Amino acid sequence: MQEPNKYVKELTQEKYKYGFTTDVHTEIIEKGLNEDVIRLISEKKGEPEWLLEFRLKAYRHWLTMEMPEWAHLDIPEIDYQAISYYADPTRRKDGPKSIDEVDPELLKTFNKLGIPLEEQMALSGMAVDAVMDSVSVKTTFKENLMEKGIIFCSMSEAIREHPDLVKKYLGSVVGYRDNFFAALNSAVFSDGSFVYIPKGVRCPMELSTYFRINAANTGQFERTLIVADDDSYVSYLEGCTAPMRDENQLHAAIVEIVVLDRAEVKYSTVQNWYPGDAEGKGGVYNFVTKRGNCKGTDSRLSWTQVETGSAITWKYPSCILSGDGSTAEFYSVAVTNNHQQADTGTKMIHLGRNTRSTIVSKGISAGQSQNSYRGLVRVAERADNARNYSQCDSLLLGSRCGAHTFPYMDIHNETAVVEHEATTSKISEDQVFYCNQRGISTEDAVGLIVNGYAKEVLNKLPMEFAVEAQKLLSVSLEGSVG
Amino acid sequence: MKAEQQYIDLFTDCEAMICRHSAEALNAPRAKAFADFQRTGFPTRKQERYRYTDVGKYFAPDYGLNLNRLAFPANPYDVFKCDVPNMSTALYFVVNDSFCQTIHPAAPLPEGVLFGSLKEMSERYPEVIRKHYGRLADTSKDALTAFNTMFAQDGVLMYVPRNTVVERPIQLVNMLRADVSFMANRRILVILEDGAQAKLLVCDHAMDDVNFLSTQVIEVFAGAGASFDLYELEETHNSTVRFSNLYVDQQADSRVLLNGMTLHNGTTRNTTEVTLSGKGAQLSLCGMAIADKNEQIDNHTFIDHKAPGCTSNELFKYVLDDQATGAFAGKILVREGAQQTSARQTNRNLCATREAHMYTQPQLEIYADDVKCSHGATVGQLDEAALFYMQQRGISLKEARLLLMFAFVNEVIDNIQIDVLKDRLHHLVEKRFRGELNKCQGCAICK
Repeated sequence: MQEPNKYVKELTQEKYKYGFTTDVHTEIIEKGLNEDVIRLISEKKGEPEWLLEFRLKAYRHWLTMEMPEWAHLDIPEIDYQAISYYADPTRRKDGPKSIDEVDPELLKTFNKLGIPLEEQMALSGMAVDAVMDSVSVKTTFKENLMEKGIIFCSMSEAIREHPDLVKKYLGSVVGYRDNFFAALNSAVFSDGSFVYIPKGVRCPMELSTYFRINAANTGQFERTLIVADDDSYVSYLEGCTAPMRDENQLHAAIVEIVVLDRAEVKYSTVQNWYPGDAEGKGGVYNFVTKRGNCKGTDSRLSWTQVETGSAITWKYPSCILSGDGSTAEFYSVAVTNNHQQADTGTKMIHLGRNTRSTIVSKGISAGQSQNSYRGLVRVAERADNARNYSQCDSLLLGSRCGAHTFPYMDIHNETAVVEHEATTSKISEDQVFYCNQRGISTEDAVGLIVNGYAKEVLNKLPMEFAVEAQKLLSVSLEGSVG
Repeated sequence: MKAEQQYIDLFTDCEAMICRHSAEALNAPRAKAFADFQRTGFPTRKQERYRYTDVGKYFAPDYGLNLNRLAFPANPYDVFKCDVPNMSTALYFVVNDSFCQTIHPAAPLPEGVLFGSLKEMSERYPEVIRKHYGRLADTSKDALTAFNTMFAQDGVLMYVPRNTVVERPIQLVNMLRADVSFMANRRILVILEDGAQAKLLVCDHAMDDVNFLSTQVIEVFAGAGASFDLYELEETHNSTVRFSNLYVDQQADSRVLLNGMTLHNGTTRNTTEVTLSGKGAQLSLCGMAIADKNEQIDNHTFIDHKAPGCTSNELFKYVLDDQATGAFAGKILVREGAQQTSARQTNRNLCATREAHMYTQPQLEIYADDVKCSHGATVGQLDEAALFYMQQRGISLKEARLLLMFAFVNEVIDNIQIDVLKDRLHHLVEKRFRGELNKCQGCAICK
């Protein structure tokens, strides 16, 4: 095997850029989980009775469940009593009213992360909801959006201000009985974003949420709910980072999306939780349930994800195509390096007639990481003329990593056309040689090839994120070519 | 009562009888198999390996077992006439689970080649059997293998010594005969020493119109440079349940072709596990299933690339009509260090009606980087344009559909290396699609 070159060395030693911690006074509740903790969370957030009931029901159901073991992951046992389920860095019950009320340390944190929270910086033209630990710190552009009737706020606020909408849609896509982590999240979920796009409105700007875990020994359990009413459109972005810590942190979120008649939702994620160090110590466990329901006729939902962080990623952004003529897309680049593990993919449940779905998944594994694609395409009896195309490619960089594909296809309708293709390969010496011949150094050639490989997915990201994602890719990945 | 319990009781009560009517080498692993079976019970659909077949359900009814080894009054030659015409084979019969001793084939086998009753052979050559029997079929990993190991009393041994070539294909006909619901537990052991070559065709037939359940465990050892073809053809009826576990171990530069064809059946579950343990081994694994009515076919394959430079090619095709259910789960594992592996897997399925269900699960698990692996799976219908084209040229829709379906499965038949068998299968498949397969003249199975 050839010696790692200079470029590679530099990159492998590249530190996780977002690994700093913020020294801000944070109110953290006692570790442990029981009904009293749930009542306390609910009380702190000033929630109505029905929501507390929902949480308790979820908790009681969670107690009956066992941690699933089917994933191709090696997960150390998680002590759910050693986690604090609520951490509030704002220390204010109602959240800040204006930018002046926000702790300057917090603002600094988000500025460091490149998230413009202050109004003057908000010229960059993106509405941002920033969530640190369990609380939404600040949502920008809220007022401008309100003029169009768009609701974009933190979940806690939505529960207070728009209880009817929340009550109608919360848990309608991911029920609290859905799975182990969904039940846990339903019981203890803290903040997250709530988006409602009224009928016929095209959201004029990208909506974005930035998640940050700061406090130690806490878990983040955010919950996002997006409702796109008839003929509306929204593009939503999500980014996440966490400080470097030796112990693992749990992140178990739920994202629910409801897409009504002829509406379109684009959901993009650039996930960059702390992946742990080169020895695999520390890092975030990212166990997320994301699901959208294309409820309306001719509705569209598109998931795009770039997964570069987390020690363990376990998530399957899924689509239920229940409306006739609905379309769903899933584009994913999952990169694992060092000791990272990822088991990710999607589910496309075709229920309506003339529904179409596309899956493009690109896995890149390096170091000693394990990267799996797991997907389900299900065509129900009445889903006439369903069409699915899946493609999942894996790229192996190094001989100690693994790349796996586990697609499932359950077809119950004879008019369905379902295709699945998968390939696994490494960067061939021919390709590198070809570039070398033309004066491109090996380092650049590898970067070029990897970027070209992921391009199909990166192109789907909104401009603002595409740049970040491309940079991320080079940091977390090219560093391991040797 | 759970399905397992009646078999646990039966084994406890009759262990002595089972052993008395079998041979020592076959009795040796019984105790461990029993312990494993007691521990695991029948697999449930919650287990990933058996997601699509509810094993317990098929074992729950009461079946008769011939533990006392009573001879069945059947002369296979009288009742069985639809063998492969013009095929020059050495023909052998297994009635239920006992090797038919009474008839000796006309064509002699090359010197040193052994083919015959596993029970008898293990009395004559105990060391050969002891060395191989149960070595691949791990009873702790699969409850059905454990079950078979507990109850199997006889079966077939095929042994080909070093550098011996068996020119003629050997044909083995499994016949199920009984007047009451009946269970047969068969065992086949195939040993090819280094450089040996042989072809084996195994046909399954059910002769009586009662419920049959058969379990079968086949172990194949292919030595370095050996070459082995195994064709399995199932033509039974709708009240037959078949569980077959096939284990293959391939040494360096060996070449194995496995082709499983299901033409008519009730419920079939075939598990195929191949380990490529020697450098440069080549495997070709094909399967074809044509199912209608309530037939159910579940093929589960696992190819383990342990050594570098191995090639595997997998192709499975299904045609499902009426309320038939098809399932295919294929896993390819490329272990660390198995560089220069080339693994290809294809699964294509045709669903002809709305009630037909197809589940497919092609999986790759790769731990080496210098590999070429791909898999593809499709579920769809016949090409409308092709049908239209043919109709334009005066071919009726029905005929055009038949032609296309025939062409669809032909790819699997073309992998067969024995020409006469290929012709025969073309004929059988065409008849099958025309719905005439159970109308052939002469023999008792085809009423």
